[in-house]
Amino acid sequence: MTDSVQGRVLAAEAEEVELRHRSLWLDVWHQFRSHKGAMAGVGVFAFIVLAVLLGPYIHDIDPQYLDYRAKNQGMSLAHPMGTDNLGRDMFAQVLAGGRTSLAVGVTAMALSLSLGTLVGVIAGFFARLDGVLMRLTDLFLALPILPLLLVIIMLFRDTLRSLFGPEIGIFILIVFVIGITSWMQTARIVRGEVLAIKEREFVLAARSIGTRSYRMIFRHIFPNVLSPIMVSATLGVAAAIITESALSFLGLGFPSDFPTWGRLLFDGVPFLNINPARVIWPGLAISLTVLSVNYIGDGLRDALDPRIRGR
Amino acid sequence: MFRYAIRRLLFAIPTLLVISFIIFALLDLAPSDPTAQLPLTIPEEVREMIKLSLGLGEPFHIRYLKWLEQFLVNEPLNLIEQFWGIEIGNSEDRLRVRSWSTRAPVVDLIAARLPQTLSVVGVSYIVAILIAVPIGVISAYKQYSIFDQIGTFVSMIGFSVPTFFTGTVFIVIFSVILGWLPSIYDTTLEVRDLDSFVAQFKQMIMPVMVLGLFNAAQLSRFMRSSMLDNLNQEYVRTARSKGMAEPVVILIHVLRNSMIPVVTVIALGLPTTFAGAIITEQIFRINGVGQLLIGAIEGADIPTVQTVTFIFAVLIVLFNLIADLLYGMLDPRIRYD
Repeated sequence: MTDSVQGRVLAAEAEEVELRHRSLWLDVWHQFRSHKGAMAGVGVFAFIVLAVLLGPYIHDIDPQYLDYRAKNQGMSLAHPMGTDNLGRDMFAQVLAGGRTSLAVGVTAMALSLSLGTLVGVIAGFFARLDGVLMRLTDLFLALPILPLLLVIIMLFRDTLRSLFGPEIGIFILIVFVIGITSWMQTARIVRGEVLAIKEREFVLAARSIGTRSYRMIFRHIFPNVLSPIMVSATLGVAAAIITESALSFLGLGFPSDFPTWGRLLFDGVPFLNINPARVIWPGLAISLTVLSVNYIGDGLRDALDPRIRGR
Repeated sequence: MFRYAIRRLLFAIPTLLVISFIIFALLDLAPSDPTAQLPLTIPEEVREMIKLSLGLGEPFHIRYLKWLEQFLVNEPLNLIEQFWGIEIGNSEDRLRVRSWSTRAPVVDLIAARLPQTLSVVGVSYIVAILIAVPIGVISAYKQYSIFDQIGTFVSMIGFSVPTFFTGTVFIVIFSVILGWLPSIYDTTLEVRDLDSFVAQFKQMIMPVMVLGLFNAAQLSRFMRSSMLDNLNQEYVRTARSKGMAEPVVILIHVLRNSMIPVVTVIALGLPTTFAGAIITEQIFRINGVGQLLIGAIEGADIPTVQTVTFIFAVLIVLFNLIADLLYGMLDPRIRYD
């Protein structure tokens, strides 16, 4: 009798131990799944990415195909989002524009994230460079970003177009300018984390067995600052997509024949009276993408925060 | 505190100088020709003379220092003269930063555009605060209630949807479909009687709401989290156990303490809102400072672009400073020395 009770208690204990021995990432995933908004965000974002990647194979109208007889049409089976003033299919354009918008968002985020992480880790790890790099970060934070972006694009658009061709040139320029003007927050957060981790015992232990600096950074520091970097990454994609579409909306982004969602919206504004749908669809695409990415970021932040996790 | 303020002020000067240099150098060294848009029939030597008349004959560092002198010494002197109606030195000969496209002093152009921008940005920011603070307070007080969940969701939408989309959707709904509000902001309108006041009010609703809702979304999130931080503190329990009425506890004790970080966020957000107004001005065709900048960028009017961009930078540095000082003044626990 007592044996069986004891056995059950032991089994229960073993189960609890089993539960506690989940890996960190499984833990994070469990917490992330409980955030409804974040799960909805993942669903919507995955849907948009799949639609943009696979959509053109199913809805295979050329987005640049002109059909004057079918201009300014409303929604129909042949043109699910109608057509524009030149008779181009809006759905095909939104899909094509989404590829560019998402590509800009992800690439610019990757650039800004690598810059921010690099500056943050170096500033946090090497005390000698800390002052200089943080002053640089402060300086960048004090720059008026939107006006400067507009100015840089206006000045270097033609040069880069002639160097790399009209499409790749503007892509490189926009990704580059968004990347180098949005790394500051990441750098600050990463630096703070590195400064805190540097004082921990395992770093002292690693140092005392003679670990070299670069190994220290990649093996010990970097994995530990990964969570704030991941949160910055998601929020960075959203910010980059917004910035790109704002630039395109002001007429200083991508050209009409290589549209993004922002450019489609900008091109639709003069036809608001005739065909409001031309503005609504691309705008909806931008908003849904940014909203879902922001929710994913929110969920990730909660899931990666050990003080909230497991509650 | 005073010493800290002086130190911060002194540190702001080199920051601004470096920024002014970056802006000047970026625009000056970029491949662009101010005479490129003139007719091709103009002979080469006339082109050279036009460039000289635009002040391009001097080497780079001289031009930079001249621009600094014009912007930092001459223009403030002009402003002082106009303001007090006095004359300092020979103000006729004083060089001014002139626009290449209109040949008018840039500062005068900005002064003509500033009221439109200020009224829209200022009113929208006040609207944003008036919306955000109550929502943040109620959301935090009734955490996880229906109100909180709806409020959080709406504020998430509010700052995920870009202003140029909300603006155009507003135009579609209120101007195109309903026909209630004008889609174009008329800056020649003067408020003289009730009718013109109503017209002014009507044309301001959409731009103010577009900017205001976007800012309110961000501010209400800050307000909510700041309230939540304070609601769990011991002084709240003390206040309640003293038998104070709940409104007094929330609105006087907690709200005042939670406003400290929010006030600094409000100060920090103001320059960003100014820059963000560029987009709103473009949507509603308000001829404010933002549209001056866009026009100057498209017309390669370098002096105007340099000056407007630098003014934006000055605003950012200034409000960073104000936010830091406010933080120290409002919260006596923060000591800077």
